[in-house]
Amino acid sequence: MSLTHLEYLEAESIHIMREVVAEVEKPVMLYSIGKDSSVMLHLAMKAFHPAPPPFPLLHVDTTWKFREMYEFRNRTAKALGIELIVYVNPEGLMMNINPFIHGSTLHTDIMKTQALRQALDSYGFDAAFGGARRDEEKSRAKERIFSFRSAQHHWDPKNQRPELWRVYNCRKHRGESIRIFPLSNWTELDVWQYIHREQIPVVPLYFAKARPVVERNGTLIMVDDQRMPLGKGEVPVMRTVRFRTLGCYPLTGAIESTADTVSAVIREMLLTTKSERQGRVIDFDATASMEKKKQEGYF
Amino acid sequence: MSRVEHYLETQQHKGLLRFITCGSVDDGKSTLIGRLLYEANMLFEDQLAALEADSKKIGTQGGELDFALLLDGLTAEREQGITIDVAYRFFSTDRRKFIVADTPGHEQYTRNMVTGASTADAAILLVDARKGVMTQTRRHSYLVSLLGIRHVLLAVNKMDLVDYSSTTFADIADAYRAFAKQIGLEHVHSIPVSGLKGDNILTPSDRTRWYHGPTVMGYLETVEVDHARLERAPFRMPVQWVNRPHAEFRGFAGIVTSGTIRPGDRIRVQPSGRNSHVARITAYERDLSKAAPGQSITLTLADEIDVSRGDVIASAEVPMGVADQFEATIIWMSDQPMLPGRPYWLKIGAKTASATITHSKYRVNVDTLEHLAAKRLELNEIGACNVSVDRPIAFDPYRENRDTGGFILIDRLSNNTVGAGLLHFALRRSHNIHWQALDVNKQAHSAQKNQRACVLWFTGLSGAGKSTIANLVEKTLYARGLHTYLLDGDNVRHGLNRDLGFTDEDRVENIRRVAEVARLMVDAGLIVLVSFISPFRSERRMARAMVEEAEFIEIFVDTPLAVAEARDPKGLYRKARNGELKNFTGIDSPYERPEHAEIHIETTAHTPESAAGQIIAVLEETGVIGSM
Repeated sequence: MSLTHLEYLEAESIHIMREVVAEVEKPVMLYSIGKDSSVMLHLAMKAFHPAPPPFPLLHVDTTWKFREMYEFRNRTAKALGIELIVYVNPEGLMMNINPFIHGSTLHTDIMKTQALRQALDSYGFDAAFGGARRDEEKSRAKERIFSFRSAQHHWDPKNQRPELWRVYNCRKHRGESIRIFPLSNWTELDVWQYIHREQIPVVPLYFAKARPVVERNGTLIMVDDQRMPLGKGEVPVMRTVRFRTLGCYPLTGAIESTADTVSAVIREMLLTTKSERQGRVIDFDATASMEKKKQEGYF
Repeated sequence: MSRVEHYLETQQHKGLLRFITCGSVDDGKSTLIGRLLYEANMLFEDQLAALEADSKKIGTQGGELDFALLLDGLTAEREQGITIDVAYRFFSTDRRKFIVADTPGHEQYTRNMVTGASTADAAILLVDARKGVMTQTRRHSYLVSLLGIRHVLLAVNKMDLVDYSSTTFADIADAYRAFAKQIGLEHVHSIPVSGLKGDNILTPSDRTRWYHGPTVMGYLETVEVDHARLERAPFRMPVQWVNRPHAEFRGFAGIVTSGTIRPGDRIRVQPSGRNSHVARITAYERDLSKAAPGQSITLTLADEIDVSRGDVIASAEVPMGVADQFEATIIWMSDQPMLPGRPYWLKIGAKTASATITHSKYRVNVDTLEHLAAKRLELNEIGACNVSVDRPIAFDPYRENRDTGGFILIDRLSNNTVGAGLLHFALRRSHNIHWQALDVNKQAHSAQKNQRACVLWFTGLSGAGKSTIANLVEKTLYARGLHTYLLDGDNVRHGLNRDLGFTDEDRVENIRRVAEVARLMVDAGLIVLVSFISPFRSERRMARAMVEEAEFIEIFVDTPLAVAEARDPKGLYRKARNGELKNFTGIDSPYERPEHAEIHIETTAHTPESAAGQIIAVLEETGVIGSM
């Protein structure tokens, strides 16, 4: 009997992770607390069982994540007994970078792009697993599973290594690093189906609940803490919402929904007509924005 | 059970098909894939809105939806209007999930298509109904067949432009079937379609009532994947990682590339050839009673035998071939040509070995399938070669198993993937020639002469002073009663390498032979002085790899080109400048400076005598020779 599509995807991701661990010196798994990270972590637990995953988790923290994400992160690392490194860009912290004041572009650049580079350099990680998928965005469709970065963390879309069969070339020069995307071939629906099949815990924000939100430029922003400045006459209202994608709370739009279980989420997704990234404010910044960020070293 | 639960249940049992689409933009390939995604309702509202806006702005369909734009991703490509890479698309129906490898573009076509085809089970080949089977169609078909894709769908596109003529379709389908048979493609199906109008994509078209076969989507949902054949094949699992969390557990992790395995099955570890039984197949929560192709598993064995990464656990009843010399088809993917004799890394499964192409037999003209003589392979060329690896490896013929028969070649300096290879069979030679273990070995030879055997490798431009300095060094060593021999570039070219010229291939072979001779002399216990221009880093590295680490001393005789050219002791620079001498190092052929030479001599600062003195001093300091 041939494998189901989820079995195929699972086996492929595990194979990729094992190959990296066998060939590089110091790997790390980027952990963003979202559903893709949850799936990637679950796959790592399977790949190396009964040994624990032979690498730590790295959370590049912008300090602007939802509070429920921080709780979930700490709970997960503890439950699985995995080393968790939390890195915050100290210069960004000193400059008091605030997405409400400085805008999404600057915030993302300093607290994510720069911070990630600093973290990889200071710990000396030469390979980093990321949860990006090819179905997320057009330019990602062409990125390889193994993405090589120069010592300055630059990505050159014209000089990618061909990937044939299941043979991955992990060789690199000193100072260079690799970003590896084991979920390249997964779609958003695959991720949810797998979460359902494997009963993988995810942040409760993915499920509908009454939450305080304000509407700005047609996007529902959740008032997650005291740092959120309210405009004149702007009053948070309780609405039943959930998130399709999780990032920094000021940059992540909620959707009105009553889907409060994994199967309800999947049902909603099958009926929905809007793609996942629509809730991400950063994509609207400029055309081909993701590609530009990637060349600069953002995931 | 709710409807969603029921849906999820059925979704969990659907399979997966990976396929590739071939054809140029002119054939309407992007439009066809865009149409498939559109019709399968795989586009979201915001994507459609972006598509509408893009279609108006830069579309080629007069403001109508231009599906081709859906597939463009990178800004640079979008501006140039060419796609230069492989893009992967996803869609699914109730029966299957699909991963489409889209390899558009003209440049780099072979490289991209081979990459996309390597993981595909089926191919859609597009032809324009107005043009029929073209050279390009034949080229794509050849690559598809070469990479082992067994199912091909010929989509005869733009039927709307030939008035949905059944005879036009039949002529093209017949012509193609005849060609496909020639190149060994067995399962070919043809469908008349219009990507632009949507005919026979998802639903049978009213405009082609004379056609009774499946639609494109119908074909994709039912075409056989290679799994059944692989499941019947003998068991193979390349070992990726040895899992040893504590003393009681020693598991071997890998992906099953063919066959099935159960606890108790007899296996053989290859290439070592030791047998054992499978004790357990472990998974996350419970052990498995069976594993099939495509599954990532961890095995434990009944016996404590030596297994490491790169070994293959194979069926003991039908083990793999083991050899160190093969015939293979190589697809070259780098701007730097493939040169016989140059060492590359070869990676197959989880094993990496050092490999050289010992002989390039011919290259294939992919348009006419003719065999042409070739001493090297250039970018995007395909050829048959003999490959030699530095240690025996386990393999299957590529046509039987892509994972245990397909390999990549990696450049040792840039670390880039420069070629892909398909193993066909072991060369008889490697079965018959065995390495003889000799009783009087290198240590014995050296001890008798009371010295340490080594290679002093002098490299530098012509006229740099290599031979002069090497001569002086040899005289000193000889005077101290040491046993030496000097191999000089010019002298060797009069005899052993008389048949070689000055092309890059010949230069590589020149060095390979000299390095082999030097190795034999080191075995004989001699201090070997080699005085060769040896312009390429990779060949010097090859020479270094032939002896033990401390036995190779690279001496860079560093003379600026202008100085060497002014000296011109043999009048060669003058000839080269006049165009009478081709491929002359420093003039029209590169010299790659050593980066980590053990000894660096700047001749402009020293007389040959003082240079020789310096070298002797270093040899004394490092204990290669005794001090006086």
